[in-house]
Amino acid sequence: MTTDGSGARSAERPRPWAAHAARGRGQHARRRPSRHRGQWAAWGFIVPVVAYLAAFYAYPLYRNIDLSVRSYTVASFVSGDAPFAGFANYASVFRSATFAPALINTTLFVFVSIAFQFAIGLALAVFFQRKFPLSSFLRALFLIPWLLPLLVSASTWSWMLNSDSGVVNALLHAFGVAHVNWLTSPNWSLASVLIANIWIGIPFNLVIMYSGLQSIPADVFEAAAIDGASGWQRFWRITFPLLRPVSAITLLLGFIYTLKVFDIIWIMTRGGPATSSTTLAIWAYQFGFGSLLPDFSSAAAVGNVLIVIALLFALVYIRVRSRLEES
Amino acid sequence: MTVQVSRRLRTIGVAVATSAAVVAALSACSSSPSSSSSGAAPASSASSGGGGTYTFWDPYPQYNASSAWAKLIATCGTQAGVTIKRTGYDTTALVSQSLLAAQQGKSPNILLVDNPVVSTLAKAGALTTTAQNGLSTGSIAQNILGAGVIDGKTYGVPIGANTLALYYNPKILSAAGVDPASITSWATLTAALAKVKATGKTGITFSGINTEEGSFQFLPWFWGSGANLTDIGSPQAVAALTLWTTWLKDGYAPNSVIQDTQTTAWQEFQTGNVAFAENGTWQKAGAATMGAKVIPIPAQNGGAAPVPTGGEFFTIPVQKDTSTYATTAKIVQCLSSTSNIVTTDNTLNYVAPTQAGQQAQVSADSTLQTWVTAVGVAKARTGDNLGTKYPLISQQLWTAMQKAESGAATPAAALAAAQTAAAAAINK
Repeated sequence: MTTDGSGARSAERPRPWAAHAARGRGQHARRRPSRHRGQWAAWGFIVPVVAYLAAFYAYPLYRNIDLSVRSYTVASFVSGDAPFAGFANYASVFRSATFAPALINTTLFVFVSIAFQFAIGLALAVFFQRKFPLSSFLRALFLIPWLLPLLVSASTWSWMLNSDSGVVNALLHAFGVAHVNWLTSPNWSLASVLIANIWIGIPFNLVIMYSGLQSIPADVFEAAAIDGASGWQRFWRITFPLLRPVSAITLLLGFIYTLKVFDIIWIMTRGGPATSSTTLAIWAYQFGFGSLLPDFSSAAAVGNVLIVIALLFALVYIRVRSRLEES
Repeated sequence: MTVQVSRRLRTIGVAVATSAAVVAALSACSSSPSSSSSGAAPASSASSGGGGTYTFWDPYPQYNASSAWAKLIATCGTQAGVTIKRTGYDTTALVSQSLLAAQQGKSPNILLVDNPVVSTLAKAGALTTTAQNGLSTGSIAQNILGAGVIDGKTYGVPIGANTLALYYNPKILSAAGVDPASITSWATLTAALAKVKATGKTGITFSGINTEEGSFQFLPWFWGSGANLTDIGSPQAVAALTLWTTWLKDGYAPNSVIQDTQTTAWQEFQTGNVAFAENGTWQKAGAATMGAKVIPIPAQNGGAAPVPTGGEFFTIPVQKDTSTYATTAKIVQCLSSTSNIVTTDNTLNYVAPTQAGQQAQVSADSTLQTWVTAVGVAKARTGDNLGTKYPLISQQLWTAMQKAESGAATPAAALAAAQTAAAAAINK
């Protein structure tokens, strides 16, 4: 980087302000159309997505809110001139005798489902980390609950849990345990649909946690083994913390999916007996399609309550993830 | 490409586009405006009678295009000078489908719908009355027509009626020493169930599920105690529900009745281990195969209990083009003419809605006499001017049934709560 004399130096390094001016004059004249063209191109890419979101997310959401703030009868549904009711539909939903059981059942259903699905899925993922003969085949078999159509799973569970002729009660009887009315007793109906839902949800957690485990570098474990960490300590101190981002997304997806679960409960117990296994999703369906006289306004109100709850979960997830990214 | 050439090409392009737009606009203006909005297919003006497509919705998805039912519809359409496009829907989906179609102004020309739904659709303003569409209802039995009469106006004609009765397995009864002719009241029925249980068989199956099927199955006992749907908390209603809960507690009815549909309850009866099954006309072919016979459902203190009518109604939904009603009425009259309706009702296992039809059915098959008698004393669920109050009452009724059957509440408490909730829903 030697220079020979001031003349050469000034040739190498033209004066900054002149260069800037030259750049400015030439590129400024060219930059205006290119910036606009760049902006138009950007809008062009976004417009299809925005149009799709507007048509399939924003419009149905607007219609749902409209349904819930007007009081629709079948007559005004057909003629379209329902009177504005403000918060009245929500008030009657909150004051209804079914609201508290539905909310409690939904909370129990979601939290217990996720707890067991996640724990068992994670345990299985850790188990499958060690390769043994036929491990990939066994792992594929574990996917079956997820792959079966829900109608098939729910019907089969209904048959198995039948009070008089189900195979579960036959097994219990063989072990001398008292007969349990799985689907027809108000004490056990929620537990029955929980068991079916947990069985169905384990493969999803297994798959995602397994791939999350694969992404943890093996030398971390080797280092821990050298330092003398036991299996349990390795899991709690290394595996689990490193899996936090994957766990967070799995839990969020699980929460939102379980919040909406309808098919399993409807086919197995229809939300009964009475309201013992009614969740908010079932309740909304009962309002809208479960009787001969649909009440679309109340169904929309309950549906919006579900959306708000799901939104809260999503906000919690975003807060957790930003905190994870900071650390 | 030079600037002049590209500019000229642009000008030519603009000219071509503009002329194309002008041509399209002119052709659109000159074409005749579409005459009506009857259904998804393009319609014709019926006054000319010269063809066109009419839409027909029914809740019989089990009948495809090659079935006798579809062919009958096509024949009646041809006789009226039109083509009929028929779609079969699931019966529970038909309510919301019809409401949506009415909202969009795309109702079918003919809608065959379950009888309790007629009052819902009439209240929605989606159906025409017989005064508007010209259908005649003179020869139809009044109790079967009842579900279509709201506030003195008739909104449809029945295709036929089915109802409930008590099937029994003669082998199990004779083994238990029960004479079916002796079952004339609740007390004698419960005594018979006790005798059956003593031989190790199950007494009775029915459907106590928390849907309209459950209410449908409960109504003969409800009405048989003298209760009325306007007060489901009355002592008579409590007595009816207590009958069921006592059967469950004493083991005369299996626990699964709480979530059995009528079909599942029938399947339990078909295993041959159950003495009685409360089920409907539509199972009579299956009953004949297994040798089961039928008696009417007993009322509390003797006699046959009033039973609810099942079966669908032909309705003519409101159309923008009112000139289609004449042809539509012609098609419906054709479908419900005595010879056609007897054939249809025999296929569907319904009882014909007219006396002439019923006589024709009984003369062809004398075992239908029990059913004709049962339908003769049947009531519509939405009758007694209950109309759209019935679905609200029915929902509370099946909730109360579930609470009592599962032991979550006593029958009295469950029905009292149900009556309060029903009254609140009706007065909302």
